[in-house]
Amino acid sequence: MKIDIILAGVGGQGILSIAAIIGTAAVKKGLYLKQAEVHGMSQRGGDVQSHFRLADYEIASDLIPRGKADLIISVEPLESLRYLPWLAPDGWLITNSEPFININNYPKKEDIESEIKKIPNHIMINADEIAKELGMERAANMVILGAASPFIAIEFDALLDAIRETFASKGEDVVNLNIACIKAGREFALKNKINN
Amino acid sequence: MSKLLLLGDEAIAQAALDAGLSGIYAYPGTPSTEIMEYIQRSKQAAEGNVHRIWSTNEKTALETAIGMSYAGKRSIVCMKHVGLNVAADPFMNLSITGTNGGLVILIADDPSMHSSQNEQDSRFFAKFAMIPCFEPSNQQEAYDMTYKAFDFSEKHRVPVMLRVTTRLAHSRAGVTRKEVRSQNEISLHPNPKQFILLPGNARVFYKEALAKQPKLNEESENSSFNQYFDGKDKSLGIIASGIALNYVKENFVNKEIPYPILKITQYPLPVKKIEKLFNDCEKILVVEEGYPIIEEQLKGLLDKSGKIKGRLDGTLPRDGELNPNIVAKALDMPIKEGPAVPSLVVPRPPALCKGCPHIDSYLALNEVMESYGKGRVFSDIGCYTLGALPPYHAIYSTVDMGASITMAKGAAIAGLVPAVAVIGDSTFTHSGMTSLLDAVYSKTPITVLILDNDTTGMTGGQDSHAFGRLASICKGLGVEEEHIRQLKPLRNFHEENVKVIREEVEYQGVSVIILERECIQTLSRRMRKLKTKTK
Repeated sequence: MKIDIILAGVGGQGILSIAAIIGTAAVKKGLYLKQAEVHGMSQRGGDVQSHFRLADYEIASDLIPRGKADLIISVEPLESLRYLPWLAPDGWLITNSEPFININNYPKKEDIESEIKKIPNHIMINADEIAKELGMERAANMVILGAASPFIAIEFDALLDAIRETFASKGEDVVNLNIACIKAGREFALKNKINN
Repeated sequence: MSKLLLLGDEAIAQAALDAGLSGIYAYPGTPSTEIMEYIQRSKQAAEGNVHRIWSTNEKTALETAIGMSYAGKRSIVCMKHVGLNVAADPFMNLSITGTNGGLVILIADDPSMHSSQNEQDSRFFAKFAMIPCFEPSNQQEAYDMTYKAFDFSEKHRVPVMLRVTTRLAHSRAGVTRKEVRSQNEISLHPNPKQFILLPGNARVFYKEALAKQPKLNEESENSSFNQYFDGKDKSLGIIASGIALNYVKENFVNKEIPYPILKITQYPLPVKKIEKLFNDCEKILVVEEGYPIIEEQLKGLLDKSGKIKGRLDGTLPRDGELNPNIVAKALDMPIKEGPAVPSLVVPRPPALCKGCPHIDSYLALNEVMESYGKGRVFSDIGCYTLGALPPYHAIYSTVDMGASITMAKGAAIAGLVPAVAVIGDSTFTHSGMTSLLDAVYSKTPITVLILDNDTTGMTGGQDSHAFGRLASICKGLGVEEEHIRQLKPLRNFHEENVKVIREEVEYQGVSVIILERECIQTLSRRMRKLKTKTK
């Protein structure tokens, strides 16, 4: 078993929290894991990505080879397209549909969406809206993790436990809101995945 | 013992603590910063009273570590590759004195320049100083080698360089720990003259350092870190150093690697092992992350046989970080890429944060400099370097820590007046103070803007040694008091700030303008903490 994931977004959008939660759950399962992160200059509003690898055997490279990623999980639509050369032929693209616009030449939203729709296996979800409705705008990344959860070979309960552990210090309310967000994302994915 | 999920940097930090560390000395620099941060957070370090406070720069950090080694205790000093340039003086001389307590010098190189101005390979520095260098290939080895490095340093009385690159420093994997050892007691070197590098002594110690070389070679030859894996297909032999080994292995997942491989992670080079591979195989592919230091030594000046492949003959790119695909290509293996990146995907460069004080500083400075034309603002290393990008286009240089002030001085002397320097508070205390003293002494008319955000921002908000004392430092260095101006970079004060900057730019002497407002990142972090506390 192996799952290779490219996590994508803009510096400050919380892709490392997604990684930390999958990582916590994976380590408890005794899986091998490698996760390459971006620190430093790019974190200031630039494009950031993380290579996240899980396997039941020892993983060699910290970086995923091109064409081998089972999943691209992106918290921003334009960023979801930046790493397509890494996507495996049967891989899934899971992305937020809500743009983060901090550049003047940001492409048209419709054009980005039509490029995303060209990928046979994709889920596009307005995570910002869902998180806002649930009362925690900053947890859009958890909605995205929820939408990706059916494709990660880790039991959903284990991910919920990892959320509880990660956010425990921030209080019961924060834990519950994050759990509501991941559940909403998962529900959306399970409903919309069949249509593709 | 269960595995810990650690960044390469964190594995090094944990190993140093477990090996009986008494002090860590460092200046923040990507990708090395997380080592100190881990130790600062560590309960184990607090209980052991491990000294763990940031130093002003890499040179002071290394000198403090040498002092600790002198006193017989174990210390680690951590910096990014270009930091070693700053610390090169103590580094090279330390190779002559040798060590007493174990001393490990961690250097984090940044091939592909993710967050750096060059991609220099620190293994050259280790060779230059003739000290051993460990180059771990993964997180577990980063732990094991750090742990071993302290013993190795004490056994041979040499400093040990630990060289990692960005990819290992900033990648997580499971790591198993070893037993925790207690710290050393104070003990002095048996030779009381060992750290007195008067020429007469230094000549003796240099000969001793040379005499140690065969022992270090022997250690490399016998080291389990330098492993020879045999393969059936002798048409090619692979030398892979550090994490480059992983990229070779990645291309043979669930398959046997047909070629013999020599893994090199401990230097000086294991010559006999290399010779065996060379004699056994028809061609040799050298895969190394960084400069082709092994390949160059193998080839020498005169080899035209074409037997040795690598970064020098174009089999691998001459510059930049490696990855599994680049190595696949060198091995003539197919790559199946996913869909191409659509043409609408534009770059998203890093930018100053919304609400960043530097934005207001640059808007005011740009208004003043407009009448003088382009090319008169020299800058430095930090978040404010992003002022070079649109929409600001405010600065025209960023070379090395502190260079803004001295470059402005040189340009002003050449006749480019006015010349302005823009430097951050932390960079100023790192390397700008001596530059300012130079300008004061030579009475060169320059204006220095210190963008004081009360922190070391680019690396994530570490304490700044300048905090609360910038004006008094500048006064102490001899800047006239009436030309040390203090401003608040806020939109509301724009007109006033423009006026003051203009006055000082027009002044025919050394002036300093301190624009102080807290970094928006550290401020919002502080506010969030307060909020959770009051809840």
